[in-house]
Amino acid sequence: MTKFQAQIYVTLRPSVLDPAGTAVQAGLSQMGYTNVEQLRIGKYVELTLTATDEAAARQQLDQICDQLLANPVIENYRFELTALQVA
Amino acid sequence: MIKFGVVVFPGSNCDRDVAYVMRDLLGQPTRMVWHEETEIADLDVIVIPGGFSYGDYLRCGAIARFSPVMQATIRHAEQGKLVLGICNGFQVLTEVGLLPGALVRNRDLHFICDRVSLKVERTDLAWTQAYQPQQVITLPIAHGEGCYYADPDTLASLENNRQILFRYCAPTGDWGEADNPNGSLHNIAGICNRQGNVLGMMPHPERAADPTLGNTDGGGLFKGLLKAIALSSP
Repeated sequence: MTKFQAQIYVTLRPSVLDPAGTAVQAGLSQMGYTNVEQLRIGKYVELTLTATDEAAARQQLDQICDQLLANPVIENYRFELTALQVA
Repeated sequence: MIKFGVVVFPGSNCDRDVAYVMRDLLGQPTRMVWHEETEIADLDVIVIPGGFSYGDYLRCGAIARFSPVMQATIRHAEQGKLVLGICNGFQVLTEVGLLPGALVRNRDLHFICDRVSLKVERTDLAWTQAYQPQQVITLPIAHGEGCYYADPDTLASLENNRQILFRYCAPTGDWGEADNPNGSLHNIAGICNRQGNVLGMMPHPERAADPTLGNTDGGGLFKGLLKAIALSSP
């Protein structure tokens, strides 16, 4: 068994409006950063999990993301996986 | 008698308002259903009330989806029995998948606590039969994430199957972006599933049912429900 560290990014689908992102971008613009565009706010989740191998860990993470961490109606997700140690 | 169950999650805060309407105003047997319960076969109508279930952590309604009572509620709905989700309850029903779409942050970011005009789009269901077709009613809203979103295909299917029961509108009944408090697509305030036995709505009918409060527009929903069930029971 191997222990993995997962870094999961949940982002709004491009078709979903992000009023909070728009407000933050307007704030940056007021500060003078007028070259900033397309600001979107998402979520970052990190966790560790133990699995037989990387493929098994990826499969379980897909399930976790599809079922709870992301709502597929409005969000996309991606994750990065790092092997920490062989348990 | 119609037996009502009001689901109570950690963080629910409109549960007793709903129970007050059912039990005290309408005189129906009503019991509170704790989120860990799974035995709800004795109930005719399940109400998922407003509030902040499990703190609304991650997304509104996301964690409530996996509670034992929601698994039982899915089976209840699959039997054709009635399920009403109000506000946070609507959010839970979309997360569970009993209703399509999702509710996201209000267009203007504010938590809105107001009274709004709503057009009753359909009156041939148990939920709305006490209203007149295209009647404009006034109900309170109180939410930060009430902006209804669904992809274009889902919206078209909602329109084609007449699943939109309540729409935000002007007092005249016209509806446009100016009469849309939260940015909901197609001004959607409440929808039902294809079969019509599951209703989710952001406005609070239970807060407009007691004459003492000066507005009883929401009472029609509960009274209509009682009448419909009474007629359908042998």
